[in-house]
Amino acid sequence: MAGYRFCVSIMPREGILDPAGKAVEAALPQLHADNVHEVRVGRRVELTVESDSADTARAMVDSLAADFLANPLIENWKIEEIAR
Amino acid sequence: MKVAVVVFPGSNCDRDALHAVELAGADGELVWHETTDLHGADAVILPGGFAHGDYLRAGAIARFSPIMGAVRAHAQRGGLLLGICNGFQVLTEAGLLPGVLRRNATLRFEHRWVRLSVERRDTPFTSRVPDGVTLRMPIAHGEGNYWLPDGQLDELEAAGRVAFRYTEPEGNPNGSARDIAGVIDATGRVCGLMPHPERASEALLGSDDGMLLMRSLVESVARVPAAA
Repeated sequence: MAGYRFCVSIMPREGILDPAGKAVEAALPQLHADNVHEVRVGRRVELTVESDSADTARAMVDSLAADFLANPLIENWKIEEIAR
Repeated sequence: MKVAVVVFPGSNCDRDALHAVELAGADGELVWHETTDLHGADAVILPGGFAHGDYLRAGAIARFSPIMGAVRAHAQRGGLLLGICNGFQVLTEAGLLPGVLRRNATLRFEHRWVRLSVERRDTPFTSRVPDGVTLRMPIAHGEGNYWLPDGQLDELEAAGRVAFRYTEPEGNPNGSARDIAGVIDATGRVCGLMPHPERASEALLGSDDGMLLMRSLVESVARVPAAA
């Protein structure tokens, strides 16, 4: 068994309202950053899977992302293997 | 007639819900989320609060609490199940009700009185509401902005599964699609709403309109007891 470490980046889907992104963007003029737009806020989950193979480990993360870490109705996600 | 109120770590309206069902004439019992037995309850309430800290998404972790197997089985055999605020969020995450409660479009936690129209008065949760009456209840949530893709919203409406809508004078407080404040499942035995009937259970609190829902629930169970 080896440990495989992954990062799951979860973002609100395009066209889905992102109040957190809007709230952050609303503060930008105070930072003299009026030229910064299209702020979107998501979240990042890092985890280690003990598994026989990288493929099996990734399949586990795929399923966790779709069933638990993200809500497919309103969020997209991307999975990357990262260094431990 | 017994109503179980599930207590998750972070629930904070459990005792209010218990008080309201007892006022309505039922025996109430608080049931810890790590247990797996509803002790023969005739109806179940998932109360408001911040179950498991609302981490990940509101309701996402509570869905996997050990008690949820029994809650699901209770619903599957036709038992009455009411989710209030965070409880509504848990029911959508668990797939027991359709849709998702997104963050409020207003960019803030909304904590105030709202007015509700009752779209269905023939459910076990609303049978005591007089015709034409709107209900005054408080809301307190950061993620109450109900949403489904348009096509699915059309289906929900066509099936008569919108139970409550925000209405004037306060109107829609959070950006919810089609002003939806609460929905029922296909059987009509599972209901979720963002406003808090248990916080509107006595005139002293500013409104006792919530008792119309609590009394409906208790009386409905008395009429059709859930199977053991």
